[in-house]
Amino acid sequence: MTAITEEVAVREKAMRAMRGRQRMNSIIFLGPATVIIVLFFLLPVIVDIVIAFSDMGRDLQISKFTTRNFERAATGDRRLPKVLFLTLIYVGATLAIFNVTFGLVLALTTTALPRGSGGFFRTIWLMPRMSPSVVYIVLWQWSVHSGDSSLVNQILKHVFGAQENIDLLSNSPVPLIILANGFIGASFGMIILTSAIRGIPDHLFYAARCDGAGSLAIVRHITLPALRWPLTYIGIWQTLSLMVSFEYIILLTGGGPFQDTTVFALYIYRRTFASGQYGYGAALALFLIIPGIIIALLAWRLTNMKELLQEPRIEVH
Amino acid sequence: MARIEFRHIEKRFGDVMVIPDMNIDIPDGEFVALLGPSGCGKSTSLFMLAGVYLPTGGELLFDGHRVNEVEARDRNVGIVFQAYALYPHMTVRENIMFPLRFKKVPPDEARARVLEAAELVQVSELMDRRPSQLSGGQQQRVALARALVKQPQLLLLDEPLSNLDATLRLTMRSEIKSLQRRLGVTTILVTHDQIEATTMADRVICMNKGEIEQIGSPDDLYLRPNTLFVAGFIGSPPINLVDGQAENGHLRAGEGTFDVTGSLPRRVTVGLRAEHMRFGDAGMPGRVRQVEPMGRETLYEVDTDIGTIRVLEAGSTAAHRIDGQVKIAFDRGDTLIFDSDTGRLVPDAHFAANGSA
Repeated sequence: MTAITEEVAVREKAMRAMRGRQRMNSIIFLGPATVIIVLFFLLPVIVDIVIAFSDMGRDLQISKFTTRNFERAATGDRRLPKVLFLTLIYVGATLAIFNVTFGLVLALTTTALPRGSGGFFRTIWLMPRMSPSVVYIVLWQWSVHSGDSSLVNQILKHVFGAQENIDLLSNSPVPLIILANGFIGASFGMIILTSAIRGIPDHLFYAARCDGAGSLAIVRHITLPALRWPLTYIGIWQTLSLMVSFEYIILLTGGGPFQDTTVFALYIYRRTFASGQYGYGAALALFLIIPGIIIALLAWRLTNMKELLQEPRIEVH
Repeated sequence: MARIEFRHIEKRFGDVMVIPDMNIDIPDGEFVALLGPSGCGKSTSLFMLAGVYLPTGGELLFDGHRVNEVEARDRNVGIVFQAYALYPHMTVRENIMFPLRFKKVPPDEARARVLEAAELVQVSELMDRRPSQLSGGQQQRVALARALVKQPQLLLLDEPLSNLDATLRLTMRSEIKSLQRRLGVTTILVTHDQIEATTMADRVICMNKGEIEQIGSPDDLYLRPNTLFVAGFIGSPPINLVDGQAENGHLRAGEGTFDVTGSLPRRVTVGLRAEHMRFGDAGMPGRVRQVEPMGRETLYEVDTDIGTIRVLEAGSTAAHRIDGQVKIAFDRGDTLIFDSDTGRLVPDAHFAANGSA
C-alpha cells in the first residue's frame, strides 16, 4: 500500500514540476514580446487617448478634460483637409508606383537574370535603404537644388543644352518626396518578392514552358498568382509605414515650400512639438492609430493569417 | 507521334560533364524506360527532350528534324513531373485546359478535349477541385490528362510513380501502360526503380554516370546483362557477385574451384542470381546465416566456400533453419562471368561445380 501511495505522490510531484516548467517556458518565450507591446504600443495609446481629451499645452499641465480638440479637428482646422488629401496622394502614389509595382518589376527582372548579376542589381537598389537617411537626403538635395552645380541642372545643361536652371524643390516638391521615399521603399518589395519567386518550385515553370506558355504568360499565370499573399502583405505593411513616417520629408523639404509637403504625420508632429498643442496633436494622432489598427486587422483577414499559422498538412497518399 | 533520335548528344553544366556521348534511336510509338541510379543523367536526358535544357553537343531529332534549338513550348511534348507540377491556384479543369490556351484551339473544341482527357484518366468528377484537394493518385491522373490533352508527339514521364503508395503504384503502372498502348504515343519513362522500368516499358535503357550501359528488352537486361553494373542493378534481391581468378582452365573463387567453359581473362567476377540458386543433395556446401520469409518466397543468406550467397526459394515456410547445413546447386546456363577490369560480360563463358557435367 505504502509503495503505491508513494508512487502516486512521486508522479504528482513530477506533474507539478512539469506544469511549473510549462508556465516558466511560456513566460520566457512570450514575456519579452508582451513587455514590448505593452510598453511601446498599449501604454502610448492610452497616454495619447488621455492627452487627446485634455487641454495640455506647452506647459505640459492638464487643467481640465474636454472634447474641444475633436471639435476643432472636425470643424475648426482649415488646413487639415489639404493635409489629408496630400497624405492620400503621397501614400497612394508611393505605394502604387514604387513599393508594389516597381518592387515587383525589380524582383521579376533580377530573378530572371543570372544569379550574380541579379544580386548586383538588387544590391544597388538596397543601397538607399542601407545608407543613413541624412546622407541619402543630402545626395537628393545635391541632385535637385536650384543652383548650377546640381546633378539635374548639370545634365539639363550639358546633355540637353538647357539655358536656365530648374528648381524642383520649389516647383514640384510632391513628386520629389514620392521619388525619395519610393527609391527606398521599392527594395522592401523587391526583397520579399524575390524570395517568394525563388520559393516557387522550378518544375512549375518547366511545366508551363512545356505547356506552351511564353515568358509573359508564365509571369501572368504562374508567378503572379503565387505572389498574391506577399503582395497583399507588402501593400498593407507599406501603407502603415508610409502613413506614419515623415523622416525623409522633413529632411528633404521640411514640409514646404509653405505647407505643400506637410503630410499628416508631419502635421501632427508640427502641431504637437513645434506649436506645443499637445492636446490637439494627441487627438489628431488618434486618427493615425485607429486606421492603423483597422488596416492591421484587415491584413489578418485578407491574408488568411490564421490559415498560415496553422500546422502544415502532411500529405499521406 | 514521333521517332526520337539522340545523335552523339553531349551535355555539360559548366565544367561538369553529365552526358559525354549519347546515342539512342526510339521508333514511333515505343514505350522506353531510362533506368539508372540518381545522378546517372536520365533526368537530364528527359529535360533535353522537353526543351528545358539545351544539349551542348550533338543532334536531337524528332522525326528526322533537328530540334536542338526548338523552344520547349514549340515541341509539343507532354510531360508528367515527379511532383506532378499542377498549378496550385487553378482548378483541375483549368489545369488540363492550360496547354490549349496557347494553341489557339476554338473554345468548343478545347472544352471537348479537356473533358475527353479527363474521362480518359477518370478525373471528370473532380473538375472543379484544386490540386490541394486531391489525393496523390488523383493529382497524378490530372497531370497525365494535362500532358495528353495537347495530343503530344512525345510523352515524358519523370518518376511518375515514386510519390504513390504501393497499391496505387500497381494500379497506375498498369493504367499508364494500357493508356500508352491505346494512344500509341511514343513514351519515355525515367525511373530509378527497375521494377517500374521492366514492367512498363517495351525497351529499357540502363544508364550509369552519363553513359548507356545497355539497351534491350527487360528479359535481355535480366538474363544477358552486358556489364557488371546492369547485372547488379537489375533483379531483386540483388545478384550474388563473387570475385575470382582463372587458373589452368578452372575458376577459383574463395576456397572453391569450378569447371569453366569459354576462355576467361585473369581476374573475373561471377554472377549468380539468388532465384537461380536451389538447395539440393549435391552442390556447394554451406551454413545458413540468415532466413528472411517474404511471403511468397523465402530469402536465405548462406555462408559458403566462395562467400555469402543469397538463395531465393519459393514457398513461405522456411525449409532450413539458421545454422543448418545445406548444399547449393545451380545450372551452368544461369551463370554469368564478367571481366573484373572492364566490367563487361565474357560472352558464352559459364561455370559449374567441379566434376559436374
